[in-house]
Amino acid sequence: MGCGSSIAKKPRGSDKAIRAAMIIQNWYRSYSARLKVRQRYALTIFQSIEYANEQGQMQLSSFFTFMLENYAKANEKERELVTRIFRNDPQEKDREDYVKMINVPESYNGPRLQFPLTFTDIDLLIEGFKQQKILHAHYVLAVLFEAKKVLMQMPNVSHIKTFPSREITVCGDLHGKLDDLFLIFYKNGLPSEENPYVFNGDFVDRGKNSIEILMILLVTLLVYPNDLHLNRGNHEDFLMNLRYGFTKEIMTKYKLYGGKILKILEEVYTWLPIATVVDNEILILHGGLSESTDLNLLHRIERQKMKSVLIPPISPDEEDMIDSRKNKGGGRKGRTSVILSEQLLQHEWEQLVDILWSDPRGKRGCYPNKSRGGGCYFGPDVTSKILNKYHLKLLVRSHECKPDGYEICHDGKVITVFSASNYYEEGSNRGAYIKLRHCMAPRFIQYQVTKSTCPRTLYQRVNTIEGSAIRMLKERMIARKTDLVRTFEAHDHTKSGKVSLGQWAFSMESVMELNLPWRSLSAHLVNTDKDGKINYMSSFEDVLIQKPVKEVQSSIIETLCRYRSDLKIIFNVIDTDHSGLISVEEFRDMWKLFKTHYSVHIDDSQVDELANKMDLNKDGSIDFNEFLKAFHVVHKFDTK
Amino acid sequence: MSRTIQWIEIGTIIRSLGCCPSEGELHDLIADVEEEEPTGYIRLEKFLPVMTEVLLERRYRPIPEDILLRAFEVLDPAKRGFLTKEELVKYMTEEGEPFSQEEMEEMLSAAIDPESNSIHYKDYISMMVVDEN
Repeated sequence: MGCGSSIAKKPRGSDKAIRAAMIIQNWYRSYSARLKVRQRYALTIFQSIEYANEQGQMQLSSFFTFMLENYAKANEKERELVTRIFRNDPQEKDREDYVKMINVPESYNGPRLQFPLTFTDIDLLIEGFKQQKILHAHYVLAVLFEAKKVLMQMPNVSHIKTFPSREITVCGDLHGKLDDLFLIFYKNGLPSEENPYVFNGDFVDRGKNSIEILMILLVTLLVYPNDLHLNRGNHEDFLMNLRYGFTKEIMTKYKLYGGKILKILEEVYTWLPIATVVDNEILILHGGLSESTDLNLLHRIERQKMKSVLIPPISPDEEDMIDSRKNKGGGRKGRTSVILSEQLLQHEWEQLVDILWSDPRGKRGCYPNKSRGGGCYFGPDVTSKILNKYHLKLLVRSHECKPDGYEICHDGKVITVFSASNYYEEGSNRGAYIKLRHCMAPRFIQYQVTKSTCPRTLYQRVNTIEGSAIRMLKERMIARKTDLVRTFEAHDHTKSGKVSLGQWAFSMESVMELNLPWRSLSAHLVNTDKDGKINYMSSFEDVLIQKPVKEVQSSIIETLCRYRSDLKIIFNVIDTDHSGLISVEEFRDMWKLFKTHYSVHIDDSQVDELANKMDLNKDGSIDFNEFLKAFHVVHKFDTK
Repeated sequence: MSRTIQWIEIGTIIRSLGCCPSEGELHDLIADVEEEEPTGYIRLEKFLPVMTEVLLERRYRPIPEDILLRAFEVLDPAKRGFLTKEELVKYMTEEGEPFSQEEMEEMLSAAIDPESNSIHYKDYISMMVVDEN
């Protein structure tokens, strides 16, 4: 009994109107569903690429380990390099005096904070940021130093109570989206004794107001230390910030004192608590759990020793090897033992990584989180086991962007809350926060920040994010062009330039290593001829990588484009004074190590050539930002 | 991969494959693919054969443009060529298989001509068809 046949019967009176209404509703729902699916595809693309980048991050981590392992075999130069990265600089103990010496000029018209801080300062700060003022470095540093002192007094896991009559608000990832924080405060009120908040990590990176968010949160913490709770997220990590934008934001906004701010920030991060427990029932932490999660251990560890997820602890064997080498070289005894005493034990470190990086999934058991490269996927059985073990009822976590701002899974035992709306692109997702009250079901409030006063239609929004996602995907494809073409050609025995859809999808999946619906996406990425065959080279027709130097091979260009983010981090790490310059020698040394570890087959001479060409003023130093910018993807028919 | 989805997603999936079941037809279909004791999750292995049949039998065909136009005309007996916002909202949220508030707002955002506060349905349909292609 379909709608089609009924209309032919022409029932009378209001029945007719009902039938008509049903037709329109049916048609609209189908249209809307097809748009939503396109939106989902776009989100999947964004998310896959994001996680693949995080995976790359972990590879970088093993590269640093590799560097440490080769420490002993390394020459003087290389060892110095590694030491610079991993050793804490003891000379800057009393940097706090430095802050007092920084003058705030009369002409400064941004917020002026007064210590000890009060709620007035919170208001001043918010007002100032709404007017897009930049907080003076003097205040930023002062706040960071004070916050560090306060955080040092806090335990790894905070225990809070909501009864008798308080509601606690839990917010997820904000990622530098100040508008979302303003919206939350507008809807839910500012934090205070009556209005406690938990911010569940990832305050920074990606968005353009990470420092402002951090300042608001830390100032609020200083005013209401018992009512504002912060949990560390995987982005509260100085090496993650190098890649995901916060370091750049600071160096741009604070040209003179940025370096100092970054140094103290590193330490503040390590003192952020790891988790919060509400009413002895609800566990709040950033990522998730693993089979081996041991809350008692987590209460005890020295959390400040977790400098970065990219710096795993070196094992004792390496220590012996390094130590003996040291003694041979004469004199630098005990430096490595200093490094060792400053790091966590392997299993402690792994527990923390799990807490910060894991994701819940429907499948039972606990598996390494392949797509992110760190932490694990944990199933409903793991959740039950861990929650029961510690007599808890609910896990609230963040870490993953959800279309509706929150998601419940594992039979209601796990809630994901994500507070950055439009995270990937305008229209990509809503944000949400949770209200928790003793003996009541959690309440969810959703929102979405809109830039335009005139709301855009669903079609327009989907078009925007789909466009963005496809662009990103194409950029990734061009960086692997050589491998892709080789794979396609292997299927194309007649050298016709065409393969079947199945072969194309299979090749894409294996080379790109992204779990995406390739068949459905093919229409956006490649041309199909009238027989349904895929013309595989057509993907590369409208995208190319800018070649800064003509003589250099395409494969080098592609490699540099592909590993651009990793190289950026490595260079930034070498460049300890954040000058933006490294020496040509340092570049060559780093490249050699990188090449070996990543198994990249590039001729040394070609890289030398490149380095020399990039040393534009021939003074022996390379502006690596310029160097990396050179390898960007150009969209030929760009109308953006 | 757990190879299950939540039952509320079935509608989106079927419609994205080009089918246009009514809400009632959708509920019947979900009942077909649910577990004996509904868990809220549908398993792929149960869904696949049912969906294959739907596609092979060409069930729940999309509404042709002219039928859609006639449906709007039924709601506009005075043949003005448009519906006022109030009229559309009334029909969509009170008759047939009513829209939720969210669905209504979504439809209005694209359909309404802000100056006249009405929907010129012929233009609207043409625009939507273009959107899809």
